[in-house]
Amino acid sequence: MALSAEQSSRLAGLLTRHEEQVTQRWTEAIAGSMRGRLSQAELRRQVQDLHRGMIVASEQGVIDLDSEQASELRAVLSELSRGRARQGFSATETAVSVFALKDVLLDLMEDQSDGGALRDYVAFAALVDQMGLFTFESYVRTRESLIADQAEQLLELSTPVVKLWEGVVAVPLVGTLDSARAQVVMERLLQTLVDTGSPYAIIDITGVPAVDTQVAQHILKTVVAARLMGADCIISGIRPQIAQTIVALGIEFGDIATKASLADALRHVLRLSGVETGRRQHRREA
Amino acid sequence: MTTGVDLGQPQAQAIRSDEDVVRVRQLVRTVAVAVKLSLVDQTKVVTAASELARNTLVYGGGGTVEVSTADNGRRKGVRIVFADTGPGIADLDLALTDGYTTGGGLGLGLSGARRLVDEFDIRTAVGEGTRITVTKWSR
Amino acid sequence: MERVPILKIGDILLVSIQTDMSDQTAVQLQEDLAERIVATGCHGVIIDITALDIVDSFVGRMLSTIASISKVLDAETVVVGMRPAVAITLVELGLSLNGIRTALNVERGMELIAAARADEHDLAFDDQADADTTASS
Repeated sequence: MALSAEQSSRLAGLLTRHEEQVTQRWTEAIAGSMRGRLSQAELRRQVQDLHRGMIVASEQGVIDLDSEQASELRAVLSELSRGRARQGFSATETAVSVFALKDVLLDLMEDQSDGGALRDYVAFAALVDQMGLFTFESYVRTRESLIADQAEQLLELSTPVVKLWEGVVAVPLVGTLDSARAQVVMERLLQTLVDTGSPYAIIDITGVPAVDTQVAQHILKTVVAARLMGADCIISGIRPQIAQTIVALGIEFGDIATKASLADALRHVLRLSGVETGRRQHRREA
Repeated sequence: MTTGVDLGQPQAQAIRSDEDVVRVRQLVRTVAVAVKLSLVDQTKVVTAASELARNTLVYGGGGTVEVSTADNGRRKGVRIVFADTGPGIADLDLALTDGYTTGGGLGLGLSGARRLVDEFDIRTAVGEGTRITVTKWSR
Repeated sequence: MERVPILKIGDILLVSIQTDMSDQTAVQLQEDLAERIVATGCHGVIIDITALDIVDSFVGRMLSTIASISKVLDAETVVVGMRPAVAITLVELGLSLNGIRTALNVERGMELIAAARADEHDLAFDDQADADTTASS
């Protein structure tokens, strides 16, 4: 149900004439459902923004929320729901903030008892419904992006790349490795090799309960990529079950060095680089 | 409701020389950066474009490329269409096999490029030409 | 057509690829390097690809060819500075750059060449030592 041009201008008139009353009652109605979790001043400012947005839209002859004239109103609404979503309010609480306007409008229009007022009210209410649904949608979108952000942060947290020794970095992997995480680990490990100029990397999978073909492939690709860059990877902490899986899946680890524990791997690497330095010293002496 | 920003018209580019292959790479990179592909994905799609542009030049006898942004509602991406009116590919399965080449290359162009992108579509007819469409989506 | 400059530092030729090369430029580099190796008698070649944001099969093949050519001319080639994204892409592409030595940066590349040359000298020294022992016994 869309607003006619006349209804739109009547809405603008109504909102402008009773500005003080509308914002006051609207704020009160929302405050009830918020139970003091939002300051009165902030709430009032939000309501004033909404009120202004609606006046701007209706003065331009808004037909429905999707139309050109409502772009500013939509911006105000998404701003509101973004804020609510981030502050941890529920979707209902957010939508109710908009729906509360219906009660306010009803109060204002009750005195006009002709049939036109009823039709107007229904049209206004339809617009408010659209606004409410729009709030709902932006709320969900905000929450989704919040969740995605958190998942990413978790990914960052769970994949530390540490420097073990001069020229040796390690990634202790803990928890289930899915394809996305394996990829992040791979990229970060390789970047750390460049940043620290370390020619050796140890991937420790002691804390990984299981690997599937895809994850094993990711680890293998990391090792090959590191080699292309001029660094050596050693895999340590392969559990018996994982070793069985690797063999059962027919994954070729080829000439990749594997060690039982992180300590063994470090010893192996130090021996490799130690031999080199030892030889060089020997040469310098000679 | 407004959906995403339109990044503009598809960018067309002729592939007639070595330098054009370089231009294709730069063009694809610009679009890949604009749709916010990760660095690795940018590198993958630019590499794939480089392989396919060279194929268009060497095997197709030159042709055109069209680079545009794609949007499936959830993610944005880069879509690249390579078209030539060359001899076409007689045995597609063979051409898509790693290591198979008729041009003295490494035989990784087609098969490798396919692994670097998310969507790969190839249409070819002997004597009429080849048209390859690839898409890489942002994560 | 652009040409990639080749610098001589001591016993090493250093090639730092700074631009997105056309295929022709890549082929030219291959030829130039072979000539410079012979002209200078250098025993090491370092190709720095830090600035390259992609390596496709053509450039990959050029690197392999350069490594093989320089080997024939008794020079060791090390490719340095490959970016992680490039390495990941090469693996996906299926290019293994067989026969190419790689290092993380120019410094490590120089160490690698020095070590390879020293090994050869050691060998010569050992031969000599063997000869001495045989002679004295």
